[in-house]
Parts: sequence; structure tokens; C-alpha cells
Amino acid sequence: MLTTIRVNGVDRAVEVDPRTSLLDFLRERVGLKGTKKGCDHGQCGACTVLVNGVRINACLSLAVMHDGDEVLTVEGLADGEALHPVQQAFLSEDAFQCGYCTPGQICSTVGLLAEVAAGQPSEVTADLAGPVTLSDAEIRERMSGNICRCSAYPQILAAVRRAAGAAA
Amino acid sequence: MSTVRDWAAPNPVTENRSGLIGKSVDRYEGRLKVTGTAPYAFEVETPSQPLYGHIVSATIARGRITSIDVSQAAAAPGVVLAWSHLNVPTQAQRGAKLNPRSQRGSNPTLASDRVEHYGQSVAFILADTPENARAAGGLVRVAYAAEDADLDFLSSLDLAGPAPGEEDARVGDFEAGYSASEVTVDDTWFSPLQNHAQMEPCATTAWWEGDKVVVHTSIQMVKGGQHALAETLGIPSDRVRLFTRYIGGGFGGKGQSYDDLTLAALAARESGQPVRVAYTRQQMFQATIHRPAVQMRVRLGADRTGRLNAMALEAVTHCARNAPFVEHAANFARNLYAAPHRLTGHRLVRLDIPHAGAMRAPGEAPGMLSLECAMDELAETLGLDPIELRIRNEPEVDPDNAKPFSVRQLVRCMREGAQQFGWDRRNPTPGAVRDGRWYVGMGMATAIRGNFLLPAKAGLRLTGDGLATLTQGMTDIGTGTYTILAQITGETLGLPLDQVRVELGDSDMPPAPGSGGQFGAATAGSAAFETGMVMRRRLAELAAGDPRSPLYGEDPTLMDFANGNIVLGNRSESLAALAARAGPDGVYVEGGISPAADARDWSQHTYGAQFAEVGVDSVTGEVRLRRMFGVFAAGRILNAKLAKSQITGGMIWGVGAALTESNAVDPRYGSFLHQDLGGYLAPVHADIVNLDAVLLDEADDKANPMGIKGVGELGICGAGAAIANAVYNACGVRLRDYPLTPDKVMAALEAKGL
Ligand code: FES
Ligand code: FES
Repeated sequence: MLTTIRVNGVDRAVEVDPRTSLLDFLRERVGLKGTKKGCDHGQCGACTVLVNGVRINACLSLAVMHDGDEVLTVEGLADGEALHPVQQAFLSEDAFQCGYCTPGQICSTVGLLAEVAAGQPSEVTADLAGPVTLSDAEIRERMSGNICRCSAYPQILAAVRRAAGAAA
Repeated sequence: MSTVRDWAAPNPVTENRSGLIGKSVDRYEGRLKVTGTAPYAFEVETPSQPLYGHIVSATIARGRITSIDVSQAAAAPGVVLAWSHLNVPTQAQRGAKLNPRSQRGSNPTLASDRVEHYGQSVAFILADTPENARAAGGLVRVAYAAEDADLDFLSSLDLAGPAPGEEDARVGDFEAGYSASEVTVDDTWFSPLQNHAQMEPCATTAWWEGDKVVVHTSIQMVKGGQHALAETLGIPSDRVRLFTRYIGGGFGGKGQSYDDLTLAALAARESGQPVRVAYTRQQMFQATIHRPAVQMRVRLGADRTGRLNAMALEAVTHCARNAPFVEHAANFARNLYAAPHRLTGHRLVRLDIPHAGAMRAPGEAPGMLSLECAMDELAETLGLDPIELRIRNEPEVDPDNAKPFSVRQLVRCMREGAQQFGWDRRNPTPGAVRDGRWYVGMGMATAIRGNFLLPAKAGLRLTGDGLATLTQGMTDIGTGTYTILAQITGETLGLPLDQVRVELGDSDMPPAPGSGGQFGAATAGSAAFETGMVMRRRLAELAAGDPRSPLYGEDPTLMDFANGNIVLGNRSESLAALAARAGPDGVYVEGGISPAADARDWSQHTYGAQFAEVGVDSVTGEVRLRRMFGVFAAGRILNAKLAKSQITGGMIWGVGAALTESNAVDPRYGSFLHQDLGGYLAPVHADIVNLDAVLLDEADDKANPMGIKGVGELGICGAGAAIANAVYNACGVRLRDYPLTPDKVMAALEAKGL
């Protein structure tokens, strides 16, 4: 099926197999391999991308479902040589080791900051009606869909904090 | 052969005049990783459009394939080839070695109709797209004649036999010493089968250039992979070029190659096109190695003051029937505490299950979960503080062999850790501290992990643009190899970091043993250092012998290196100018490191002390980490930031081992109960709260010329025991069956009437 997805600001019109996941569309059809495949089952978060501004697991979604959608991947974050503040925060805080979960963690952080700014509560938000404060517990909860087997969690927390400061 | 005395003289790294050693510089390859542009094995550019492989796995534990039909799969859309053992191209026989010096023998895939474990490859599909390959895999028809299989570890303990080539280690007379002791502890512990669960599944991209195969694969050991593939294909190893530049986690599980490597190379040869093959997450669990289950009996005998008189740690562990592997869970106990009468050893149960193998801190990781809790039990019996008990049993020399310690700061780790953690606030009475519905407790444990140096080489080129490029057939599995090698090279040559390049993971480069056993940094780093020293001598001689150099005619041994220059008194010349005159390729040297002849005259380890505070939910039995802190001593630290990441990463593995991680063999099929990340519970972000570590100042001058040691595995050692001890302190429940899941905690609380 001819499917057109706007990826990092560029329209990609591709004849895709209906079985193709959004993840394989990105990695194998348009050659954007920054988004990683850790499990292909929605259990690790390595494939996290932003679809119309909302973070999702690209492995759990079929490419044909995203005709006309706007997808942002890790490759679309930096502004030329200048890293996105979240990328810079991950680098400065050493919030990764092998780096395989990192694009997903970074996209997840971008999504998280937007959710918090929009006042969306999480499982650990005490006051569902009030504004969301970005406590450590909020960060840990909201980043728990992204497994890091290298276990860089303390540094990821610091990176999210640093990025949140930069964004504020 | 050098001796450790040769290493004692000051050198550029120990003098550290430009301060690069120890500095918290960002990861060398970090920019590539945060921008998603570091190509992992499955992602490398291919010379032409690649094909995709899919492996079909066996669904029985043991037996024979009675029939296998790949014809329907072969006829499916987009399929290029479909193989079973009946039509796979010829490979060398298992274990065969064309070159006797190969590090690994042939490891053929789809080799026969025999099935030796669930998840073994039985068929392979190559197709134009991943979707077509996988769909065709579902069309392979296999019939088996299943045979009786030994699958369950705990019910097969009577099958345990000696580990091949090993004897129990005995010092003194354990039995007599134990029975003469005033106070004794005798308990048995269980650590379950665990999986590495690296985030990147094993994968290979392969293509052929004439009669040579180029493979990019995810492996920790460059030479091992190159040799295994060459022997399997029956070709000389110089016809296999293996790359492994970025690796999405290894932890020991990628210390060897798997069928993705062999099948990608074979399929690329047969199809004439580049081929990509990756295991699925589900396949990873059984197609690759795992940490075996371990049962450990610990016996401690002490006098009333807490001085150990006798100690024994006896471990029984499993392995696959035809792939012997021993999880050396008792070894660490040989060097940790003083006691005149000692017994340690291992027994092996062979099962018809996937291969057991090395996983981060093999031996110590499960082993310390037993002894370090038994020590707490002894401390409680004696009414002693757990730290005080350990200090009373601090040996002056290695209790196993009476060798002196190179350096041992274990007591300092415990004391400083106690102080910074606030150990004095711990209430020694179990169950005495409540926070709402939570029982709250603190626990500690020690950490010990051996240090090794293996032979390694490196190459170093200095070019006319002033860049130094270090090349080494070494790997960086997230450990920071790229970064520390750049720091060592920069400090050795007096070059700023932006003038240093590091290239790794190529079998054409000077060989290093790879990443594993916590030996990577010391081994690869020492080779890089020695190579830098060779370069210094070469450059000094070039300057001294070149009339165009301002240093012409001077004594090369007096020349120094700083700020990108070679210097003597007030004369200097830039390294760039020197390299430019040497020729278009600049100056290239190779160097290397070997263990010192007398290295084994010292007992050499890294040490630490782990502290944990947990909450135990009195309603659900759930254990939650509240904070965790560790103090470690591991030689000179090359990069404080990266070393700490390694250490805290290890500690989090200890949290997983204590609280969530376990797998089990399904007795019906020989498969693992958990085959995905929803069932196998590696720690997630919300599990980890307030976790921190510090590394003490140290230099181990018996380790290598730089006085550095490894940190990759130390952090996991003892971490889980500290948590288990904290759980006991919180609620008085002593569980000896890891992990400490809510069901077990709840049952134990109920049994206590809580
Ligand atoms: S690859 Fe999508 S969640 Fe793991
Ligand atoms: S950095 Fe390796 S999995 Fe997160």
C-alpha cells in the first residue's frame, strides 16, 4: 500500500507491505536506523518515536496506520551540529552506556516533557486536577517504559532533570 | 618478560601532568549514540540491497528431527532460499580446527537431525524483506521424535558430578574445625537461572568480497568470532574480516558467536547479496547463553568473639549436557575472610537445556548472595554488628594461598560507606522500624572481584595533521573503552583529546582479548599505554636524528611530550611537523602488554562495600528499594564519570538479582518460562531509587604500569546480598530462595504471624 509519512519534516511515500511495523518502515524502508529494535513487542521502549507529538512504541504500530502522520525520530532532534537539549543532557550526564536504548530514552524524554507541560497526570501524580510537578518519582514512573539493561537509570534521571531545566 | 618492579617507575599516566587521567570527559562515541548515528551490527551500510534471514527454532528439548519440509517456505513470496539440515551448505564438523592456533573451533548450524536443546536452530529462511522471511518461517513443517530429557535442576541434584578438571579447594581441616566451633551457621541458598537480556539482540550483517567474507556482528571478542566463523566455513581466518564497532550490551552473553553469524555468512555466499540476520527477542533467551541456577550450602564456624574458625561454600550448578560450563560461585570465598579451616568447590548437573555461560561477574554474582547473608546470620547469632564481624575476619594475607595482597581497602570501603550511608541509624532489631504500612530496614554486604591482565596489542599512527589514531581489535560494549583509550593515548603523548582518534572492533587491527571478566580496561588500556610509549621513543629518535628538527643531535631519552609538542629545555617541535616529515602516512608503531612474570605472587582484587535501605510492604510483601550506596576500590580510575556508570549499573543488576530476575525451565518442553521482557523482569526505572556510589583513591602498582583495574563487574558483587540483609532487618524474614518476590515474602510474613 502506498503510504506517506512525514518523517523528521520530510514526506516519505513508500509502497509498504501491510505487515510492516512503523519501526521496520523507519529502519528498513527509509533507512533511519537510529530508532532501535529491542523486543518488537512493546516491552522495552527502544523503538520510541513521537507521532504527531505523542510518544509511542513504533514496533507496536503498523506503518499503514500512519498515512499522513508526522513522525519525529532521534535523527530529527538535533539542529545541524547543535544537539537537542535532551541529547546534550544525556551526553553530559553519561545517561547511557551501550547506547542501544538511548534513542528511545531520548524520544521518550522529549515526549515526557511535553506531557508534563500539558499537565497530563501519571500513575504517581497526587493531584489529578492540579498542575504536574516534575518530581523524581514522576520522572521514574514516566520513563519506566524504557528499559536500560546497562542500567543508567540514575544518570537518565539526572539527564531528564537537566533537560527539563533547559526547557523551562 | 617484565616483572611488576618494571612497572613501578613513574610514567606519563601515573604523573598525569595534563590531567586527562581520571577526568570525567564525555563518552568518545557519545555524540553518535545520542543522535542515533552509531551503526550497530544489523544497521551497517551494505554495498547493495540486503536480504533478510529468519531462523526457525526447535520446539523440543532433546531428540531427533524425523522429518522437515521447507518446500512450502521456499515457494513463499520473496523467499530466496530455505535451509534445513538436509540442504544447508557444507560446514566443518563441530570442534574442527583447520588452524590449530584458532581460539575457537567450528560451530556448524543446522548440522544434523539431532536436537540438543529447545531453541536450537532447525531451519533458516532468506527473503527479500523481513516480513516475507518471517512469514515463510511459519511454513516450515517439522516433526520430531522427542527423547527423555533431564530438565529440572533442583530435582536432578542427585545427578551432580565433579566439575571437569577441578578439585575442591581445601585449607586446614574444615570438618574438624567446623565441629570444634562454638557457634555455627549451616544454610542452603538458591540463585535461579538468569538471562543477560542485552537490549540489542544478537545480529549480523554479512557480504562477500571475492573469496573473503565481511561480517559486522555483535560480539565482545573480535578474534573469537573471526576464528569461529573461519573454522566453521573451513577457510583461513584471514578470509574473514569481522567488525564489531558498536555493541548494544554484552554482559558476557556475546562473548561467543551464534548461528546468526554463520547463517548470514553462508546465505550471503549462496545468494551473492548482503544478508542481515537477527534473533528475535524470544529466540535470544534460548539461542544464547544464560547464567545457570546455583544451589549453595554455606557453613560457618566461629568462636564467641566472631573469629571464623571454619568456612565452607559448596556450589551445585547446571550446564548444558554437551557444553560444560561452571558458574564458579564459591571461588570468591577463597580470598575474602580469614579462617584457618576452609572448603570450597563446585558440582555440575548436566541438563538438556540451552547453554549456560558467563554472565556479568560469573561466580561472584550468585555466590555472594549466599555467603554475605550467612555472615549476617552469624553476626546476629553473636550479637555483633555485621561490619564489625567482617572486620574481625579481615585477613592479613590471602587466606587461600598466604600471598600478600597487592592492595586491599575493604575495611576502608566498609567504614567510609557506613559513615556516608548513615549505618549508625540502623536499628539492629529486625522489624523495629515502621513507616506506615512499610517495614523499613538496612543491610550491607562486601564486594570482591578478581583483577586480571591478559596479553594485548595496539597500533598507533601519528599523521601530519597532528592527529594520533589508536587502533585495536578491542570492543566497547558500553564500558567506555573508546573513551579511556583516548584519554590514555592523549596523556601518554601529551596531546589534547581533540587530537586523538580511537578505532576499535576490526579483526585486521592488532588483537586484544575483548570485553569480559572485568579485564577489558586494564588489558586494552595497558596495551594502548605501552604503544604510546613506543611512539614516544620513535618520535624522540626521529627528532634527534633529523637535521631539520630543532632537537637534532639531542639525547632522545631526555625529551618530553606536552601540549602537542616534543620538548627539550626551551626547544620544541610540534608532533604534527615531525609526523609530516616522516612521510605521507606519518609514523606508525605497534606495542603491547603481557602479564608480568611475577604478577601471581600477589593476591589481586577489587573491593567494595554495599549498603541498602528497603521497604517491605506489610500488605503485599513487595520489597522496594529506598536507597542504595556503595564504596569501591578498583585501582586508579581513568574516567570518574564512566567508571561510576559502570559501578552503579552493576549495583542495579544486583537489585534485579535480589528482587525480580529469574527464569525457569518449562518441564514440558525444555523451554524457558520467560521468553520476553514482560516476563523476565530486569529492573526498570521506577525500581531504582536514590542509588549512588563512590570510588576510593587507589593505585595498584602490581596490576599494570598504570595501576588501574576493572570496574565492570565489581558493582554487582554483594549488591543483592545487601538488599536481602536489609529485607531481614526490615521485617525479620530471611529468604534463601532468590529473587525475593512478594509471594515468598508474604508467605514468610504470614508464617511469622505478621
Ligand atoms: S522494540 Fe518496541 S518496545 Fe521494544
Ligand atoms: S545504554 Fe545500554 S541499554 Fe541503555
